Amino acid sequence: MAWRGRDVITALDFDRRDLEELFEVAREMEAYARSRRDVLRGKVLAVAFFEPSTRTRLSFETAMKRLGGEVVGFSGPEGTSAEKGETFADTIRMLDAYADCIVVRHRAEGAAKLAAEIAEAPVINAGDGASNHPTQAMLDLYTMWRTFGRIDGLSIGVMGDIRHARTVNSLIQSLSNFDVSLYLIAPETLYPRREVLDLMERRSVRYVVVDNAKEVIGKLDVLYVVRIQKERFLDPLEYERVKGSYRVTPELLSRGKPHLLVMHPLPRVDEIDPAVDSTPHAGYFRQASLGVPLRMALLYMVLGE
Amino acid sequence: MERELVVKKIRRGTVIDHIPAGKALQVLRVLGIDAADGQVVALVMNVESSKLGRKDIVKIEGRELSKEETGIIALIAPTATINIIRDFQVVDKYKVSLPHIVVGRFRCSNPICITNMPGEPATYRFVLVREEPPILSCDYCGRYHTVEELMGSIT
Repeated sequence: MAWRGRDVITALDFDRRDLEELFEVAREMEAYARSRRDVLRGKVLAVAFFEPSTRTRLSFETAMKRLGGEVVGFSGPEGTSAEKGETFADTIRMLDAYADCIVVRHRAEGAAKLAAEIAEAPVINAGDGASNHPTQAMLDLYTMWRTFGRIDGLSIGVMGDIRHARTVNSLIQSLSNFDVSLYLIAPETLYPRREVLDLMERRSVRYVVVDNAKEVIGKLDVLYVVRIQKERFLDPLEYERVKGSYRVTPELLSRGKPHLLVMHPLPRVDEIDPAVDSTPHAGYFRQASLGVPLRMALLYMVLGE
Repeated sequence: MERELVVKKIRRGTVIDHIPAGKALQVLRVLGIDAADGQVVALVMNVESSKLGRKDIVKIEGRELSKEETGIIALIAPTATINIIRDFQVVDKYKVSLPHIVVGRFRCSNPICITNMPGEPATYRFVLVREEPPILSCDYCGRYHTVEELMGSIT
């Protein structure tokens, strides 16, 4: 499907050809990620973050500026007309009149889809509730593609709150385009949602769900970690009991393959031992840094001439 | 021809036949027909049926339901047949089939779905993702719903 003018709402809207095309452009953009490539001069990106974000917002803004474009927008509803009671739809209509592309983050699930229906300008979903975060998934797969030179054939563990993390939902959607083996590692209360299980079944993804990383660590090429939040547990004691089992330590990684790559969408709290940072397994900082060239490629493909 | 008529034939309108026994009231609910509409409706419950053992029948006088309207019945009563009546004669007869999209009839159960945010112009819309049993996905937030879940949130 043609990229120009395209909305980016869910990871499922992008098949492997789309993703591989994006990755090739992102690879070229890496050379400009610390300089400039003025291919979007005169274009304006509206960054509408109704919820706070550091990495996603700043990497979009940096990407647009590196491409010679301008950025307008806000971070958090404070001080905007949303605080005065303006509907989300009206805010989007206003931004649509100002900008060439709108990046949206909102706590309501489906907000970006509604924005895309309202706006003529392309809309990019930068996270809606626990539902989708497609550009994070693109970045995650790009990191794997850059590290291993391929995605097919990888064994990928996803550990932590795989029930509520929007990054995991989008990650699994994107990975379902490739021939991978998934190991979903979580306490039983945080097992995947039926929507995710159904998707994997419909798209014939090989997966197993286990409650302990030790069982599968030796099989993995990638261990993708997401935070487990205490609030998700009805019983705080249950959280205290399980949290240690979902923490990445040098000891756990010593049982893994030498090339095992640990990824994390960040921010992390205590789910990765800082001692892992200095090991060759630590992939999460590089993953975050690839956010700029990946989003440069995305903006260029959606907005470029 | 029915041997004994529990309720009389209608002159013009729609007869929904072969409804599984006990489901007639739900069929009316899902069609959005209630007493306040002033619509003449006859309900026949638990009559004998050679196909189903027992069945319900709904007769709606003076209103011909379209195929778009009747598709939703398949969620409740997949065996139902629709008979369109004019001058006491059946002029069209077909089995209901599951709709691919249902618009406006049910609310999404996800409290943080954009369709549940006051003032936002997002219409409730569900897409059929599985047929047996039917599972419908909210077109905005993607949450799955069984028919029972949807019936609890009828608009």
